[in-house]
Amino acid sequence: MTLTASSDTAATGTGQLAVDLDGVVKRFGTVTAVDGIDLRIRPGEVVALLGPNGAGKTTTVDMLLGLSKPTSGTAKIYGLPPQDAVALGRISAVMQTGGLLKDYTVEETVRLTAVLFGKPRSAVAAALERAGIAEIGGRLVGKCSGGQQQRLRFAMALLPDPDLLILDEPTTGMDVGGRREFWDAIRQDAEGGRTVIFATHYLEEADAYADRIVLVRRGKIVADGTAAEVKALAAGRTVRATVAGASLVDWSQVPGVESAEVRGDTVLLSGRDSDAIARHLLTRTEARDLEITSRNLEDAFLALTAEDAA
Amino acid sequence: MTTTALPRLGGFSPGMIALELRRLMRNKRTVIFTLVMPAAFFLLFGTSSAYKDERAGDGNVTAYVLISMAVYGAMLATTSGGAMVSIERAAGWSRQLRLTPLKPAAYVAVKIIIAMVIGAVSVVVVNVVGAFAGADMPVGAWIGCALLSWACALVFAAFGLFMGYLLPSENVMQILGPVLAVLSFAGGLFVPADQLGSTFATIAKFTPVYGVGELARYPLTHSGDVWLAVLNVAAWTALFAAGAMWRFRRDTARV
Repeated sequence: MTLTASSDTAATGTGQLAVDLDGVVKRFGTVTAVDGIDLRIRPGEVVALLGPNGAGKTTTVDMLLGLSKPTSGTAKIYGLPPQDAVALGRISAVMQTGGLLKDYTVEETVRLTAVLFGKPRSAVAAALERAGIAEIGGRLVGKCSGGQQQRLRFAMALLPDPDLLILDEPTTGMDVGGRREFWDAIRQDAEGGRTVIFATHYLEEADAYADRIVLVRRGKIVADGTAAEVKALAAGRTVRATVAGASLVDWSQVPGVESAEVRGDTVLLSGRDSDAIARHLLTRTEARDLEITSRNLEDAFLALTAEDAA
Repeated sequence: MTTTALPRLGGFSPGMIALELRRLMRNKRTVIFTLVMPAAFFLLFGTSSAYKDERAGDGNVTAYVLISMAVYGAMLATTSGGAMVSIERAAGWSRQLRLTPLKPAAYVAVKIIIAMVIGAVSVVVVNVVGAFAGADMPVGAWIGCALLSWACALVFAAFGLFMGYLLPSENVMQILGPVLAVLSFAGGLFVPADQLGSTFATIAKFTPVYGVGELARYPLTHSGDVWLAVLNVAAWTALFAAGAMWRFRRDTARV
């Protein structure tokens, strides 16, 4: 069964692709971490790379950033090899953990990044401002909270003014308030048209912040589309209606219905094309009290990433 | 929205060196071990009135001890400068730097320069303290000894880098500090090698501190086998540099 919903729409954009992964495979010894990923992302998309731990998200991110090399296949960022895109500041990232020195102040850390990218002093203040940490610039990194350190990583990532920003499990270990603040900063930033890819295993984050969700399982993409499409792919939707004499009808003959359940005068019809089912009910039957529900993303996630899903 | 050019010299810049030095000087342990301790050792072991009166080469014994402590300070400073890579690898900072235009070779060059700068500061501190505390030698010998103590400490910058890449520990200097003390004894820096007995004196010649000490003291003493000392320094520098290069390549390889 194919679960790809909209990868064709993603490839039809004009101009340079932000990300072009072509048949990317990554093996570590006998372990295959990424098993043939094709992924095209257009400029301006906000994409969630969603999957359980060990699905290959971080390995994929590492290859996007040129931190590791694909065993086979190619990765291109705006048409460039990832390492060049990194050096030119077209792609940057907020990594999961680590990567900070305790003896630097917040401002010095960002200033060092500016020095390395050949950016002026004014860019430092701007990055601190946008990451919302301007007022703690003089604080030693070792004295910052986890959320503040994450926003410092965000400020460093903003410094080269990248076209593509990658966030690898950016809110791991943050409390709810810290997560919300962090995402508000990211969302504000993305309104300027920056392409954002974030890896996460928090479903609600993918649902709330991404235009497109790429679901990864065991090194493969198992679903790709909007949050609504991904939910529908896994479980379809259920149309519930009240129809007098429901038990007399063979509902499985209705176009689009995959399973049907009758409870007295109430009928529950499940299928991927809920629109077709609803249209049938409203035009060909006396159905009323129509209700269409999709399963939530968590159900989709579990269904698509379960061991027997393939 | 994009930078169009790569920074020159692989990201090597004075701005980075300045920031790195500032960070290093913020670390109290580094300051105490590399700048305060060698000078304190000199005052403790080298300034008795007997040492001030007793002659050694062109100067007094206090000057002789001064040079040894300058070498010791330079060693500590350059080793901890090189070993910074260990702390930075442990913290994941090296990985973060790979998301910048900084080339690994430029990073190592910055580390070596920082090691040599704090080595120079350490040598200057001990020598200034010595000038006020009764060390006596001709100006030429003074300058020569100070420069040689500093220059020869390059071998320990290489040592620090090698160990920094070999030991991924946050507290690498807690291991390397005692190692340097033992090497200093073994190399005749704290006690002249010929006072250790002939077997020890022979072994001493093959240890890495021996050559540095002999060379640094030469403008004062004009004694000892200079070429043997040069060979010692060259061989250990080559060995540590090769080790550092080997680990460095392994560390920065993209897998």
